[in-house]
Amino acid sequence: MTGLATHGAIVQFDNVSKSYDPEATKSGRGPAAVNDLSLTVPAGKICILVGPSGCGKTTSLKMVNRLIEPTSGRITIDGVDVTTQELTSLRRRIGYVIQQVGLFPHQTIGENVATVPRLLGWPKARLRERSEELLGLVGLEPARYRDRYPSQLSGGERQRVGVARALAADPPIMLMDEPFGAVDPIVRDRLQNEFLRLQETIAKTILFVTHDIDEAIKMGDLVAVFQTGGILAQFGTPLDILAAPASEFVARFVGQDRGLKRLSLLRVSDVPLQAAVTARPGDGAADARRRALDDPLRYLLMIDASNRPLGWVAHGDIPAEGALTETMANPVSPTVNKRTTLKDALSMMLDADVQTGIVVDRTGAVQGLLTVDAIAAKMRAGEHAPAFDQLAASEPEPGEPGADETGAMGAAEPAEEAPEPAEEEPEPADGEPPDAVPPLEVGPGQQ
Amino acid sequence: MIEGQPLIDFGWIAGHFDSIVQRIVQHLQLTILPLVIGIVISLILAVWAVRQPRAYGPVTAITGLLYTIPSLAAFAALRPIFGLSLLTALIPLTTYTLLILFRSFAAGFSAVPAEILEAAEGMGYTRRQRLLRVELPLAVPLMIAGVRLASVTTIGLATIAAVLGDTFGGLGQLITEGIQNFFPTKYLLGAALSVVLAFAADYLFVRFERLVTPWARARAGGR
Repeated sequence: MTGLATHGAIVQFDNVSKSYDPEATKSGRGPAAVNDLSLTVPAGKICILVGPSGCGKTTSLKMVNRLIEPTSGRITIDGVDVTTQELTSLRRRIGYVIQQVGLFPHQTIGENVATVPRLLGWPKARLRERSEELLGLVGLEPARYRDRYPSQLSGGERQRVGVARALAADPPIMLMDEPFGAVDPIVRDRLQNEFLRLQETIAKTILFVTHDIDEAIKMGDLVAVFQTGGILAQFGTPLDILAAPASEFVARFVGQDRGLKRLSLLRVSDVPLQAAVTARPGDGAADARRRALDDPLRYLLMIDASNRPLGWVAHGDIPAEGALTETMANPVSPTVNKRTTLKDALSMMLDADVQTGIVVDRTGAVQGLLTVDAIAAKMRAGEHAPAFDQLAASEPEPGEPGADETGAMGAAEPAEEAPEPAEEEPEPADGEPPDAVPPLEVGPGQQ
Repeated sequence: MIEGQPLIDFGWIAGHFDSIVQRIVQHLQLTILPLVIGIVISLILAVWAVRQPRAYGPVTAITGLLYTIPSLAAFAALRPIFGLSLLTALIPLTTYTLLILFRSFAAGFSAVPAEILEAAEGMGYTRRQRLLRVELPLAVPLMIAGVRLASVTTIGLATIAAVLGDTFGGLGQLITEGIQNFFPTKYLLGAALSVVLAFAADYLFVRFERLVTPWARARAGGR
């Protein structure tokens, strides 16, 4: 469909060092040294090289396409030593994106995008076809942009063209040196999101340099934290690094708020949900009251005919007999979905002054409850839990919380709030009452 | 000026039309040949200086030194060697273009932004491809600025070649004869034609630059 069929290759650094004449480096402007770097980037993953300036992250990147040659050690792509390859053909098989983009100002956008295919001698008609395809892929309408010059584009548009140009010959590997560093934060955020979405389909192996730890955590499947002197301080998934920094340096580099950063990486689908006691308007009050009393939460969640939440009823407010009415419901808890990050969910819960959020599916139907305790338990578990692949959570509607990591939690039964997506939702009220949950704290009682 | 004679004798101009055209052709020859040779030499020197930054200083010094040699002295010095030949005029006229051309060409190459060179190298351009397809086109605006200046300078300087006499003298010959014969029509015409040539050359290069650098006029917001 996209014509980008070549998936990633494995990039491996084996004891790679780069040293410079101490006289030359003293001036400070030259490239930084790299000290005995060994790491493996699996095929199709984004590996972020992050660290303060002078830590050798860019040097490491440029040794892959041999803009810089290592002093010792070996870099292989799918097992083949890069130094055995002819220089220009090696580079034409590696996408390269830099912060200043480096578009050719004397060529149109279409010509810029077709740069590498042109070097590879593709026929003219195919060059044109290819650049239009790539422009479409990065969200630039070909008819509108093809014949313009780089000076006529905004910073964000140029950066997209830079990505399209790097992808043009369908390379298995992309090297990106602070690709989104020169655009404003709003545009950067959008470009990052678009790039992550693109990567889901193209699955290239990407080495990505940044000095911004937040970008590293957001973009990386794997993060390599470098420290001054070209030393690899830690290599692991973003969650690994946030949960268990390998050294004082890494802890300082990732920042005091690493707990919050972890929350921003975890999603509601990563946490076992609680079942809610539910009833509909018109249901018998006596039965509802009894069920609410049996539940540690002591609250009843009123739902409508489509299982959408109407609001809470405290057990004390449920009449002893008669039928439930919609006016009894007190809509306070925020609704979240399984894609919501725990950071956002927690923030919404804090804003609403409640300890429970209602998790709904795409149709708005209740799937279960998210509690502050469940989030806290997840955070505690993460400290020791083995790394897991957060890409698993990147589908728009993940089925159920990944069985692998919930097993380690042991906190609650994850089964009941994993209904088949959409319509036929099992009545969550019938589920076993889970562990004790602190009562929902509704407005007045609180301060 | 001889008493009673008009400042400009249009009758004489009409009567000597062919020889005037011949002088213009000679003058163009005295201008175009040094320019072309100068461009070739300067381009080679500039590419070399870009590759070997250490060469820039000495090349500038030598071309600067050549520029300081008085033109009349140069013709006088070369005449015993090459006689009243075209070569005697071409050598100094060419060397005088080198300073301007070399400097503007070198400036053109060094004005190519480093990130563009890095992007080109990183994408797998060979050195020659990068020079021809990236550096050269991007250096063109500054290069043409140098060529414009050199062409105007050479057109003016070429009038000195009149010392070489009738065969190659160009418009300078017209001016010299006019002065010697107290005939204003001749020297005024020679000077005027020289100015017209200079303007025409400048205009042509401006048009040429616009033609070959459409990208330089495209600015943000333009279509």
